[in-house]
Amino acid sequence: MSDVKPRIRLDKKTAQKGDVIEVKTLVSHVMESGQRRDSAGNVIPRKIINKFTVDLNGKPLFSADIEPAVSANPYMQFRFKAQESGTLTFTWIDDDGTKITAQEKITVS
Amino acid sequence: MRRSLELSRRRALTLGAGALAATMIGGAPAHAKNDSDELIKKFAGGKEPVKGKVKLDLPEIAENGNTVPMNVSVESPMTEQSHVTDLMIVADANPRGGVVTFRFSPLSGVAEANTRIRLAETQNVIALAKMNDGSVFMDTKLVKVTIGGCGG
Amino acid sequence: MTTRREFLQIAAAAAAIMPGGWSRSFAQQRLAQDDLLAFEPLGNVTLVHVTDIHGQLRPVFFREPSANLGVGESRAKPPHVTGKAFLDLYRIAPGSPAAYALTPEDFPALAKAYGRMGGLDRIATVVKAIRAERGDRVVLLDGGDTWQNSYTSLVSKGQDMVEAMKLLKPDAMVGHWEFTLGAERVKEIVEKLGFPFLGQNVRDNEWNEPAFEPMAMLERGSVRIAVIGQAFPYTPIANPRWMMPNWSFGIREEEVQANVDKARKDGAGLVVLLSHNGFDVDRKLASRLRGIDVILTAHTHDALPEAVRVGKTLLVASGSHGKFVSRLDLDVRDGEVRDYRYKLIPIFSDAIVSDAEMAAKINEIREPHGAMLAEEVGRTETLLYRRGNFNGTLDGVICDALLSERDAEIALSPGFRWGNSLLPGQAITREDVYNATAMTYPAAYRMTMTGARLKEILEDVADNLFNPDPYYQQGGDMVRVGGLAYTIEVGKPMGSRISQLRVLRTGQPLEAEKEYVVSGWASVNENTEGPPIWDVVFAHLAKEKVVAPREAEHVRVVGA
Repeated sequence: MSDVKPRIRLDKKTAQKGDVIEVKTLVSHVMESGQRRDSAGNVIPRKIINKFTVDLNGKPLFSADIEPAVSANPYMQFRFKAQESGTLTFTWIDDDGTKITAQEKITVS
Repeated sequence: MRRSLELSRRRALTLGAGALAATMIGGAPAHAKNDSDELIKKFAGGKEPVKGKVKLDLPEIAENGNTVPMNVSVESPMTEQSHVTDLMIVADANPRGGVVTFRFSPLSGVAEANTRIRLAETQNVIALAKMNDGSVFMDTKLVKVTIGGCGG
Repeated sequence: MTTRREFLQIAAAAAAIMPGGWSRSFAQQRLAQDDLLAFEPLGNVTLVHVTDIHGQLRPVFFREPSANLGVGESRAKPPHVTGKAFLDLYRIAPGSPAAYALTPEDFPALAKAYGRMGGLDRIATVVKAIRAERGDRVVLLDGGDTWQNSYTSLVSKGQDMVEAMKLLKPDAMVGHWEFTLGAERVKEIVEKLGFPFLGQNVRDNEWNEPAFEPMAMLERGSVRIAVIGQAFPYTPIANPRWMMPNWSFGIREEEVQANVDKARKDGAGLVVLLSHNGFDVDRKLASRLRGIDVILTAHTHDALPEAVRVGKTLLVASGSHGKFVSRLDLDVRDGEVRDYRYKLIPIFSDAIVSDAEMAAKINEIREPHGAMLAEEVGRTETLLYRRGNFNGTLDGVICDALLSERDAEIALSPGFRWGNSLLPGQAITREDVYNATAMTYPAAYRMTMTGARLKEILEDVADNLFNPDPYYQQGGDMVRVGGLAYTIEVGKPMGSRISQLRVLRTGQPLEAEKEYVVSGWASVNENTEGPPIWDVVFAHLAKEKVVAPREAEHVRVVGA
């Protein structure tokens, strides 16, 4: 586990069934592309967040397979239709296998 | 357009990798095709991508090639019967074509995503949406990466 | 003053009768305030628009462009009609006040005859007169580029313009050069402004949320009016991004439409886009969006005596530097514009009286600097002007100053559209130099560039001006060059317009791999080093005493 603290914003945490909830996430990460050399001419090794997943009560809701062309401090925003109350689990996976996770609860009535 | 590569390199230095004097690997010639065509072909799985349903929002001119805001949405009821499964973004003149692939399910309810991407120079960005029936739709947008200044 | 006025009457008497709002005053063979303001009122809303004043509190000479090429859909359409063709299109008599105000034709002679234009005190008189006549039907909107590009606006960080404009009581404004005061200063001013600083297209680039109010909802003559504000979309590209690092701009066409739809849903009977997009961008926008009644255009400094209609949308172009005030009367019923009447009111400073309240404010602002600003630093034997797609004589002087004072082979000067004109024989004052250069990133750099890099810069700027799709244009003019000749083929694609580059000092072709010493100013890069450009020009003028730049012959334009 990493001690990087991701930041998450939901435009609402309580919703009527069928409402659209907007989710914004930010995580600090250099997203080193592996396509650059340092001053000594050595390739700077690739180190990126290569996957971002969001589950609702363990079921996949949204995910992204990420390449080096995504900017540093990756920002991910998406929307979903509220169907059930529960826990959103956010996971960022680093090239080195590190996982960053966070959770948010939503109430749908 | 070597200039744009130099520019993005300089920006990468100031914004990203601190004091490292970094350079792009490969030195590909201007507008050399990267692997975007292959990626598109593989993604489409033999289907011909049809223009429509996908809406790719990017600025016409990038403020900063290192972080270009992108919104992409697909028209779809997002039901079990009819929904978007995968939404792939490629850029045709970056060192490599792949940018990001979003995955959706009927649980998503809405097929829309927003992120920030790197564009090394002026190029086309292509969004391809795969539906659960295997059909593929697309949208493209030319984004200009400029030196800036001299305006107003 | 009487002599001047008599002369104006004679000159106007000689002018032919013209159609549209200008005919009334000139047909009456006089050029007096009442006639300039004469307007048969119509309907229940009056929009008053001023824009691109660029810090000019006092009347100016400003020559409209002789070269203002349109490409793609905009080719040969207003505002891309200049000079004689402009006179013909709007049936304006050569030598008339309108010809002087709107075209470069015979400019030095007509400028001497008709005098300076603009002045915020004269604008105040006009605004007050319209308010007196139309009462609560009036909406006054400022299209931006107001707070910068004079000495007093530079040293007061825009405070002079903020205080002066406050007296006009605008209902809303938008921005572009305002942002070059830096984000913190902009926020500080906006908090205390007393009216909305709109920008539907500005977002914070961390959370992608609106940085400014997108629109203002006003009530006039029982009509709900939505004013949607659009900042210059390419501010962080044309100007230094480091000055506003947390804001992202862009045209954001979809969001404009969403705001229009929201305004209509909220009961707006009239939807106005107060825009700093530039005319061609607005023309394209109008053709693609639904529900905008009026676009008050700005940025590209176009002055058109008639509104341009695109579908159901009216586009108004109100000029720059305080030369004009636009008045648009609208008959709005059941959420629709049934009829309109428009006049581009020319602010002839010798014909329109000064408003005492504003004049006092201007004097208060200028008093501490007056003597310094009035100091003569040189004289010009030829007309100095900036506006136009390619090199103008004013920037010719600036490029010469860079070449000699910074010991450079090649000089680059930005293609700004602001900057006043000076007449042949006129003394150049410190203020004149500041009016051509005053801005917050003035360092005159000196560096080496390869020939290839120089060509790339010229290509890049050329595409920002001549890309056939207006959404890919930035609205400035071509970067000015000194010490370097080139040919530009306007109609060629991106990256292949510039050819035949030649170094003037040696007469040799520019070599791609060779390094050249280049001096320029207004770099968008942070920590650019060099003396401020005005000091470079002062030093140059101190040596030269008299300048006499000729029309640039080193820029050859093909396919115009």
